[in-house]
Amino acid sequence: MKDREAACLSGQWFDVEGGADMAERNSGLSVPPSVRGVDRNLDTSSHAAAIDVRNMNFYYGEHQVLFDISLMVPERSVTALIGPSGCGKSTFLRTLNRMNDLVEGTKCTGECLVEGQNIMDPAVDVVLLRKHVGMVFQKSTPFPKSIFDNVAYGPRVAGEKNRSVLADLVESCLRKAALWEEVRDRLHTSAMALSGGQQQRLCIARTLATNPRIILMDEPASALDPASTDRIENLIGELCANYTIVIVTHNMQQASRVSHQTAFFFKGHLVECGPTMQIFTSPSEKQTEDYITGRFG
Amino acid sequence: MTIHFVREMEQLHRSILAMCSAVEELIHDAVDGLRSGRTDLSLELSSRDREVDEWDIRIEEECLKILALYHPVANDLRRVTVVMKICAELERVADLAVSIAERSAGIAQHGAFPMPGRLGEMTREALSMLHDSIDAFVQQNVNLARRVCLRDEGVDQLNRDLINDVVGVVKQRPELIEPGLHLFSVIRHVERVADHATNIAEDVVYLVEGAIVRHPGLPRRSGNPRVGGAE
Repeated sequence: MKDREAACLSGQWFDVEGGADMAERNSGLSVPPSVRGVDRNLDTSSHAAAIDVRNMNFYYGEHQVLFDISLMVPERSVTALIGPSGCGKSTFLRTLNRMNDLVEGTKCTGECLVEGQNIMDPAVDVVLLRKHVGMVFQKSTPFPKSIFDNVAYGPRVAGEKNRSVLADLVESCLRKAALWEEVRDRLHTSAMALSGGQQQRLCIARTLATNPRIILMDEPASALDPASTDRIENLIGELCANYTIVIVTHNMQQASRVSHQTAFFFKGHLVECGPTMQIFTSPSEKQTEDYITGRFG
Repeated sequence: MTIHFVREMEQLHRSILAMCSAVEELIHDAVDGLRSGRTDLSLELSSRDREVDEWDIRIEEECLKILALYHPVANDLRRVTVVMKICAELERVADLAVSIAERSAGIAQHGAFPMPGRLGEMTREALSMLHDSIDAFVQQNVNLARRVCLRDEGVDQLNRDLINDVVGVVKQRPELIEPGLHLFSVIRHVERVADHATNIAEDVVYLVEGAIVRHPGLPRRSGNPRVGGAE
C-alpha cells in the first residue's frame, strides 16, 4: 500500500505497463481455425424442423415401447437421444427412416414428418427415404470390398456409372468424413483392413455418398478408442453445418459435447427435451436430473 | 462411482460449513472489537484469517478434484461451482474482518471520535445478511436468499448516510481527520460485507433454480431457467 501511495504521488501511477497485444494473446490458441467442432452458441430456435414427430406410439407385437412421443429436430443441428438401456431411444431413432419395418410384427402410430412429409404413410418409398435419411450404426459395417467401392456403392445402386463423377464423389465424401488423407493412396485396397475408427468414418463417408439430408447415428463411437471418438465427434461438429444429425449415445459427456439439443427418454416416454446447455446445467425434470447425475439408470 | 462421488460431495459440504462458521465468528469478533474500542485484536484475527485462507485453498482443491474426476452435471455441477464462488466470497469477508480490526485500532488510538449512532444498525444488518445468506445456502432456501438480495440497498443507503455523518464531523473538527478516515474505511468495509452476503445469496438462487440473477436486465444465454426450485 505504501509503495502504491508513493508511486501515485510520483506520477508513476499513470504509467500502466503496455497492454498486451490481443493478436499476440490469440496466437497461443491451440485449435486451428480449420477445425470448427460443434458451434456451442448455435441458436436453433429459428431453424426449420427437419423432423417433426407428433404423438408417436410404437409396439413390438402387443408390447408398447414408445408412448406418445412428440419431438422436433431442428435442421442443421445435432440432437442427442439419451436414456438407460431399453428406454426406447434406439427404437425411436430407427422409426425415423423406417428401419423398424424390417422387424416383423411392429406397429407405429402417430405422425413423423420428415421435411414436411409424413413418412409413416404406406405410400412412402422407403428406399428413397433411406437415401434421404442415412444411418450409421454402433458397429462399423464396411462391405467386404475396396474403400472406393464402399463409398461408391450407393451412387452406383442409384445408377451413377460415370467413373470420373464417381471418383470425385468418393474423394469429396472421404474428405467430409475426415478420412481422405489417411486412405488416398490405398483406395482400392480392402476396407476390412482399416482400423475400427477408420471403418466407422468410412461408413459415414458411405452414408454421405447418397447425399442425405439427415444422418441418424446409433452409438457411433461406443466401440472406439478416445482418439477415434474425438475424430468422430469433431466430424459431427463439421457435418452439422450442412446436415441434420440425430445421435443415440450412452455416453452422457459425448451428448453434452456434440449436441445442441438433448432428449431424455425413460421407459418409452420422452421425459424432457431442451437445449443441451440447459439439460446439463438445470434440467426441468427431476427424473432427468437423477439420470444425468448418475443417481439412477 | 456414485458412492465415491456422494462421499466427496458430503466432505465438500462439511468443509464449506466449517469455513462459513470460521468466517462468521471472525467478522463478529471484529465488529465486537470495533464496538468496544479494542486495539489488540488485529494480530489474533490475522492468524485466524490465515486459517480461513487455508480453507479457501483446501475447498478450491476439493472442487477442482470433483470437477476433474467426476464431471458433475446439473444440480451437482451447480453445487460445486457455487461452493467455489461462496468460498471466494467468504475469504474476502475474512480479509475485511482483519481490516476492520486494524481500522478499529486506528480509531481507538486517536481517542474519542463521536461514533455515528447508526453504525451499530449498519453492522447488525450486514452481519445478519451474511448469516441469512449462509442459512439460505444450507437450507437451499431461495426465498430467504432473495430477501437478502433485497436488503442490500438499505445497507448502501446507511453507507451513504454514515459517510456524510463522518464528513460532517471532520469538517467541524479537522483534527479528527485521521480517526475519521479510519472510520470511513470501516463503514466501506461493512458495506462490502453486505455486498458479499448478497453475492452469496445470488449464488444460492443459482444453486436452487439454475437462474443467474446477478445484473438483472442483461440477456441470458442459458435458456429458460427452471422456476420454483423444488428439489
